[in-house]
Amino acid sequence: MAVALILLLVAIGSVLFHIYSPWWWTPIATNWAYIDHTINITFWITGFVFVAVIAFMAYCVFRFHHKEGRRADYNPENKRLEWWLSVGTGVGVAAMLAPGLVVWHQFVTVPADATEVEVMGQQWQWSFRLPGKDGRLGTSDVRNIAPDNPMGLNRDDAHAQDDVVIENGDLHLQVGKPVKVLLRSVDVLHDFYVPEFRAKMDMVPGMVTYFWITPIRTGTFDVLCAELCGAAHYQMRAKVIVDEEREYHAWLEQQKTFAELSPARAVVKATYQSGGK
Amino acid sequence: MSAIILFLAVLAVIAGWWLSQQRLMAKPWLEEGAVGDFPGGDAMTWPAAKVGLGVFLAVASALFVLFISAYSMRMSVVDWRPLPVPRLLWVNTGVLVVSSVALQWSYVAARRQDTESVMIGLLAGGASAVIFLAGQLLAWQRLGAAGYFVASNPANAFFYLLTAVHGLHLTGGLVALGRTSAKVWRGAEIAEMRLSVELCAIYWHFMLLVWLVLLGLLTGWTDDFVDICRRLLS
Amino acid sequence: MVDIPYEGIEGIPPAEVPDVELYHPRSWWTRYVFSQDAKVIAVQYSLTATAIGLVALVLSWLMRLQLGFPGTFSFIDANQYLQFITMHGMIMVIYLLTALFLGGFGNYLIPLMVGARDMVFPYVNMLSYWVYLLAVLVLASTFFVPGGPTGAGWTLYPPQAILSGTPGQDWGIVLMMSSLILFIIGFTMGGLNYVVTVLQARTRGMTLMRLPLTVWGIFTATVMALLAFPALFVASVMLLLDRLLGTSFFMPSLVEMGQLSKYGGGSPLLFQHLFWFFGHPEVYIVALPAFGIVSDLISTHARKNIFGYRMMVWAIVAIGALSFIVWAHHMYVSGMFPQFGYFFATTTLIIAIPTAIKVYNWVLTLWRGDIHLRVPMLFALGFIITFVNGGLTGLFLGNVVVDVPLSDTMFVVAHFHMVMGVAPIMVVLGAIYHWYPKVTGRMLNDTLGKFHFWVTFLGAYLIFFPMHYLGLLGVPRRYFELGDTSFIPSSAYSLNAFISVVALTVGFSQIVFLFNLAWSLFKGEASGGNPWRATTLEWQTPETPPGHGNWGKELPVVYRWAYDYSVPGAAEDFIPQNQPPRATQLVQGAAS
Repeated sequence: MAVALILLLVAIGSVLFHIYSPWWWTPIATNWAYIDHTINITFWITGFVFVAVIAFMAYCVFRFHHKEGRRADYNPENKRLEWWLSVGTGVGVAAMLAPGLVVWHQFVTVPADATEVEVMGQQWQWSFRLPGKDGRLGTSDVRNIAPDNPMGLNRDDAHAQDDVVIENGDLHLQVGKPVKVLLRSVDVLHDFYVPEFRAKMDMVPGMVTYFWITPIRTGTFDVLCAELCGAAHYQMRAKVIVDEEREYHAWLEQQKTFAELSPARAVVKATYQSGGK
Repeated sequence: MSAIILFLAVLAVIAGWWLSQQRLMAKPWLEEGAVGDFPGGDAMTWPAAKVGLGVFLAVASALFVLFISAYSMRMSVVDWRPLPVPRLLWVNTGVLVVSSVALQWSYVAARRQDTESVMIGLLAGGASAVIFLAGQLLAWQRLGAAGYFVASNPANAFFYLLTAVHGLHLTGGLVALGRTSAKVWRGAEIAEMRLSVELCAIYWHFMLLVWLVLLGLLTGWTDDFVDICRRLLS
Repeated sequence: MVDIPYEGIEGIPPAEVPDVELYHPRSWWTRYVFSQDAKVIAVQYSLTATAIGLVALVLSWLMRLQLGFPGTFSFIDANQYLQFITMHGMIMVIYLLTALFLGGFGNYLIPLMVGARDMVFPYVNMLSYWVYLLAVLVLASTFFVPGGPTGAGWTLYPPQAILSGTPGQDWGIVLMMSSLILFIIGFTMGGLNYVVTVLQARTRGMTLMRLPLTVWGIFTATVMALLAFPALFVASVMLLLDRLLGTSFFMPSLVEMGQLSKYGGGSPLLFQHLFWFFGHPEVYIVALPAFGIVSDLISTHARKNIFGYRMMVWAIVAIGALSFIVWAHHMYVSGMFPQFGYFFATTTLIIAIPTAIKVYNWVLTLWRGDIHLRVPMLFALGFIITFVNGGLTGLFLGNVVVDVPLSDTMFVVAHFHMVMGVAPIMVVLGAIYHWYPKVTGRMLNDTLGKFHFWVTFLGAYLIFFPMHYLGLLGVPRRYFELGDTSFIPSSAYSLNAFISVVALTVGFSQIVFLFNLAWSLFKGEASGGNPWRATTLEWQTPETPPGHGNWGKELPVVYRWAYDYSVPGAAEDFIPQNQPPRATQLVQGAAS
């Protein structure tokens, strides 16, 4: 029976495609292997249901398609069967939801020893900022943005002065160190997306969002924008480089701090303010 | 979004109550037979227009409650500067109450078959509603003159927006009221017009209720009330 | 065809049902253009929705040309690409599917299936269509205004939607929101009709539990739409004010083209909450009518009652109610308060249970049936496969932490196309093959229909199933071109080209369907009144196509539920709902 066979082939073909597909997730580079495991669990459960439902349907079409003289059964309902199916479905759903919620709990709980890194999105480029020697990021505001202060840092904030500002450069992270990525935007929604990291989060103007990761292998990774942000959305690129400790510090030494990038203006402003008071 | 969720919960309770009267647990395949063998489940006995108005009021309520949800979410941002509610609004509120009462009076008159009183009630209701709308426009004008522009603060923006949406709904009601009045004026049988008058009155009471809620919101009373409730709970 | 002798029916005389006052058309204009007959309005809705839907289909071809063969077609630039995806999405979700299921099928089927003469407010019903048409025209006009249609994505997220970095910022976005506001006003007029007609105008004996599932699906979806569309209305009005008057409902302090903008303090997330408070129920507004219709197609063509009718009804109601508390699963990576994730993941996965029950009951209806593999049935089977596939991938995206890597990738695109694109379209097509004979009195050509089904079903599956794997790989959505990346292998580009070729093929094969619709109108085999030997009332009308007022002198009286197929002991394998018990020679107790 051709129809039944084609229906069955759709199910089998889907499974074979899944097994032999050359398109699979990128090799993971952070601690979020848990997310991959949860996806795998979900694939197993949903795959089973998919094949079972379609195989059953194909069998019905094969076995009960119209022939001269056939008459259908009369069977309004079967309470017990329906209950069992509901309970079974509930168990399957719970088996996917429970690990999902556990991993989500880890995802939103930032470890205390995570260092902060700031990523700022704007149409259509990325900027990065690392806390300086004091280990704290200074405050910022969109209203401070000026040609010599593209990230809008607060000049009066002592913590901001030693912040490392990276404009149009690549972000480096140290392997094995948990990092809390603070995300902000100065114009529209963006989304800091590195496929190998698994984690991502929208950047919303007017608020600071975050996620955290621990890089587990070194390498160079593409940064893409994953939230539509206007005409050049697809061109908003950067790179993240995960280094060993030594290379990381070597790189960090070369970076300019906020104070170094705009010393003259800051000094002038400081004297003006102290003079005014 | 808690306001709209609360509102939908109320609707769900009403819908659930109604569905519970409809014998949803019955096994329909066993209930073959003529009408009347199985009680419940027939079409409603209310006039269709009344049910239609009820459904529309639910939709309009959802709209206003969503505006209120947005209002309360936007309000928590620091740039919110409440604007002084013009005193004129209290006069307008009084006028709207008069309008509502007039239509109720008209409806009562319609039940007594008192054509003249019906007409007076409809005209009084319509006229006072028009005065209310004019008063709202005047309030806008005064606020504008005092420098409270729509774009200068979200509180202002919401004030103009909420009053405008309320006013537009009332204007829509005036169209229906106008048609009803015209029919009565041309001497339509009052028994036939009773339903129309009743629907107008219901709609007016609804608009009054919405206005009172909005007024509470705009004057900040609702905030205080919610605060008190919170304190009582904790 | 079984003719029901109206005069022979005993029981309570139908004349007790008050005759609805009908507005009788007096001229060609009031009969075919400004008609107040729900059936004519239904056809008007369907034709308008199909016309604008074809525009969206062409847009999808242009998108696929760009995605499959980047750089080849110089007439598509990045701005246009964004305009294409935006208009394609908005048209398909709202102006095609919502309008077709509720305005088209709702208008045609509700009065006929519940045994009414017409909708309860025919004049408002007519207005509803004309406002809808106006909304469609305003939407279509954006293709011709300076700057073109908006390219903000169909979600219209601020701040991007109204800033100058997005195409269509001048006119496109303003007209888009105006069109949405009009659509919602028009829909509300129609929706009031559908709801009140089901509540008020059911004929004698038509209890809720005797309603066909089609009516249950459309009715519940309409109630949901009436409550959900106001959220889109509120969001559109406020965004329009932000754009035109410079208010800051949704707009925070931001830098636009290097300059600090006039906006400040607004919350982009507020818009997302409002949008998805509408947007998620919208998924079920499209799905529930499809669920209802497909239940009736399966039951009729398998000659077997729908399995677990009560469970099906409860599931529809449960899904409708639950769908209002799952909206933020579209916002897991939006930056909203992270603790919400637990709640919304749980509600989202719970909704899978009533949905799964519906799927089980469809396939269990096939068990020991007498399955006629006619075109509507084939489409129903195609629906089950695509819906199960799309529904199961929904369990990935609804489970909050799994959504994190997959959101905003092609996985999402594949998922929602499968579940609310292909699956409902399968039902729409199946339903057209099913009810075309009632609308026109002629059958659609069977051979062309089967060809149409296989190309559409297999083609759509080949388009969207592999697309999930591009998303797993990490290919982001809404990208004009992928450019240089280290993680996308060249084979992914080949897959994209393959998908594009299939998409164009499937798109063009719809010409066969359009031809079939037109050809059969004149040359199709005459169908008679009840070609599928179905039980529901619309097949029992005295005339086919049904005349103005649907029924003859008297309204039908209903004596049974809608699924008396293959009742043991009955002479025929179906008993129409309006057939009195005496006439069926039912063996007592055999049915229990």
